[in-house]
Amino acid sequence: MENFYNDNPHLKFHLNHPLMEKIVKLKESGYTQKEKYDFAPLDFEDAIDNYDKVMEIIGEISGEIIAPNAESVDKEGPQLIDNEVKYARGTQQNYDALVKAGLVGFTLPREYDGLNVPTVPYVMSGEIVSRADAGFANIWGLQDCAETIHEFGSEELKAEFLPRFYKGATAAMDLTEPDAGSDLQAVQLKATYDIHKHRWILDGVKRFITNGDADISLVLARSEEGTSDARGLSLFVYDRADNAVTVRRIENKLGIKGSPTCELVFHNAPAKLIGDTKLGLIKYVMSLMNSARLGVGSQSVGIAEAAYREAFKYANEREQFGKSIIKYPAVFEMLTNMKVKIDAMRTLLYETARYVDVYKAYNFTSHERKLEPEERQEAKVYQKLADMFTPLVKLYSSEQCNQIAYDSIQIFGGTGYMKDFPIERIYRDARITTIYEGTSQLQVVAAIRYVGNGGYLANMRERAQQLVKPELEYLKGTLEKMTEQFAKTVEKVNEFGDNEYFDFHARRMVEMAANVLIGYMLLFDANRSDVYVKSADIFIRKGRSENIASVSFINNCHPKDVNDFKM
Amino acid sequence: MRFRIIVLAKQVPDTRNVGKDAMKADGTVNRAALPAIFNPEDLHALEQALSIKDKLPHAEVILLTMGPFRAAEIIREAMYRGADRGYLITDRKFAGSDTLATSYALSLAVKKLAPYHLVISGRQAIDGDTAQVGPQTAEKLGIPQITYAEEILSVDAKKIIVKRRLEMGVEVVNSTLPAAITVHGSAPVCRQRVAKLLMKYKHARTVTELQNETKDYTELYNDRPYLLIEEWTAEDLNAQSEMLGLSGSPTKVKKIENVVFQHKDSKVMGSSDKEIEGLMQELIGSHIIG
Repeated sequence: MENFYNDNPHLKFHLNHPLMEKIVKLKESGYTQKEKYDFAPLDFEDAIDNYDKVMEIIGEISGEIIAPNAESVDKEGPQLIDNEVKYARGTQQNYDALVKAGLVGFTLPREYDGLNVPTVPYVMSGEIVSRADAGFANIWGLQDCAETIHEFGSEELKAEFLPRFYKGATAAMDLTEPDAGSDLQAVQLKATYDIHKHRWILDGVKRFITNGDADISLVLARSEEGTSDARGLSLFVYDRADNAVTVRRIENKLGIKGSPTCELVFHNAPAKLIGDTKLGLIKYVMSLMNSARLGVGSQSVGIAEAAYREAFKYANEREQFGKSIIKYPAVFEMLTNMKVKIDAMRTLLYETARYVDVYKAYNFTSHERKLEPEERQEAKVYQKLADMFTPLVKLYSSEQCNQIAYDSIQIFGGTGYMKDFPIERIYRDARITTIYEGTSQLQVVAAIRYVGNGGYLANMRERAQQLVKPELEYLKGTLEKMTEQFAKTVEKVNEFGDNEYFDFHARRMVEMAANVLIGYMLLFDANRSDVYVKSADIFIRKGRSENIASVSFINNCHPKDVNDFKM
Repeated sequence: MRFRIIVLAKQVPDTRNVGKDAMKADGTVNRAALPAIFNPEDLHALEQALSIKDKLPHAEVILLTMGPFRAAEIIREAMYRGADRGYLITDRKFAGSDTLATSYALSLAVKKLAPYHLVISGRQAIDGDTAQVGPQTAEKLGIPQITYAEEILSVDAKKIIVKRRLEMGVEVVNSTLPAAITVHGSAPVCRQRVAKLLMKYKHARTVTELQNETKDYTELYNDRPYLLIEEWTAEDLNAQSEMLGLSGSPTKVKKIENVVFQHKDSKVMGSSDKEIEGLMQELIGSHIIG
């Protein structure tokens, strides 16, 4: 029996992080729901045990059903028949198994048939499913849309749509248009209010929509006539039962082929408004995008895990010059680097997921009772942490996942380039992660804010206050040096007062910050478990040398040198 | 009246992935070295029962197992997948039971659960591979039996139509109810555990298990009586003690042989069509292939 949760002890390590006690207590309003629901947890241990068991089910479905289907799903792909998207046979089987296990919409509260599962186990489910089939993880991960309806929708809207997820409704988020990709402010799909019928009507085209023919779609549309920016956009729910959307085609993609990417035409499509008008992009989509970015983070970790396992297995089995290739420094270094990076990606992912959990739990608590001033303050702090770290998760994990998939094929050599092993699919699937839900370049734009305003630096210094075991002190020493070097470098880049020069070095500075911050996270993991000592040591040493390289480049690059790069 | 389905299941050592220490020196199974699992074909049987429950809203699925205290694990497993409840038949007096003594005890327990419509079990267990318990139980209950079932084609309160998987093909048979069915491994695999049911039933315990719990959930079992798994002893079943355990088991193990597969002779043949044809005939003739 393959189980992608039980065979990976790192997942349990993160599920059992000390901060979970606070998260679960908030999320379960002090364990009061057991009176009403026979499946609600009795106490903290019981709740964690519930998550553990749910992960076990997902691990089993992933190992026994989703992973074995991945190859045929990749070959077959979805089809468009009579304006309906028909999933590949394996995709449908995967989804049915998850529906039957009662897992779709499992983050929703119990009143909507959910399991009230926090973000951490939800993100973990994304990682587990992605390891089995990254393309399928999109279909699984789009239940994020349920969260958006839950967070911002009216009571009627919630009552109408949320219970449908448990029964297996699929979802889509329809944002992108032919002329509005990275720049979502340019969205043009038109929403008009029909005053006679008292409802909103959508007209226009959406492109690159994952799972475009879903049962429930969130649609970003221009509700304010005559506007051209973000403030004219609102978010709507469209119900597939209204049959007013044409699927023009399914795109033929490089990877994640099982996930249908559709071009949609809305004609007089009735829709319901989520929350208030004009807040569509500014508030709701921003929140949705943050969860989607965490989703891509989990997808990247899952893909990287799959790629690493393939390479590790092959390197042990493959013999050249009379011994297995894993014995050669050129190969074992690559493998160890993969492993270290995966530990790094994962700790960043779950740390950020916990931040999201704390502030979201406070948000929902605030609907039930007035928060104490210190609680409000804490919610704010965690929200800021989540905003600060989400772009780093997306940037770092998607880039590393590509590097890991690349190195994995390298270890396979010519064999990996053939269609005979899953690694070629994993490699193709990895490619999209640095692109969708905001490219790496856009993540840098989001993250650079916290380089500029000192957010990351303050966070590094705060982490330095935490005590570690004496034998790990030397790593903390290195991180402290890296912190000061980062501070000095940012100051230096700032001194010129040249925006273009600052932007030119933005990615370098963001990556320097990431090396320090992730270094701290791994250090604390090592402090909690010896398993991570090696990864922390290697990561921090490598990070130190990478940062020195960046500093050396920045120090030798005057604002006028930027011109040399212009095309 | 609810449509009552009783699933007979057994907890077995996982003999599918055996290591070096799977057998003891005396040739018996080393149960301590092997993980205990839900007998695979019994899971197929459970799936058949649950899929009837999907179709007949008033159906209830009851799991019945005989074994040591820890066999309660498979009752919980069944409840996580949709079974309504289960009973554990456990008593030192049952120790050493062969298929005859086992089917005697099971048939008494099934009678205790009358009136019932269906008794479903796996074709055989992977530890003994006898395929006798299902049929023997049916015989003792005096009800029709359908063995090697692959698919239940239709079922209502009075009648069932079943497709059987036989060596050379399939056979469709009708039966009146109540009836006993043994399910073949070619039937659909069992569904996954359902998250909510798992959370609901994970604290289900037998009284014996409760005595060993470290955490005190006494109140929980008062509020939720369905979490108590009933244990039935020989006395509860009004069983005659001479028909139980070793005394009720006529099976006597005469000898156990340790068979090591190794090739003894070899044969060289050419690659002409004729010689390959000859090899094929030989392999088919000796039932190695075909």
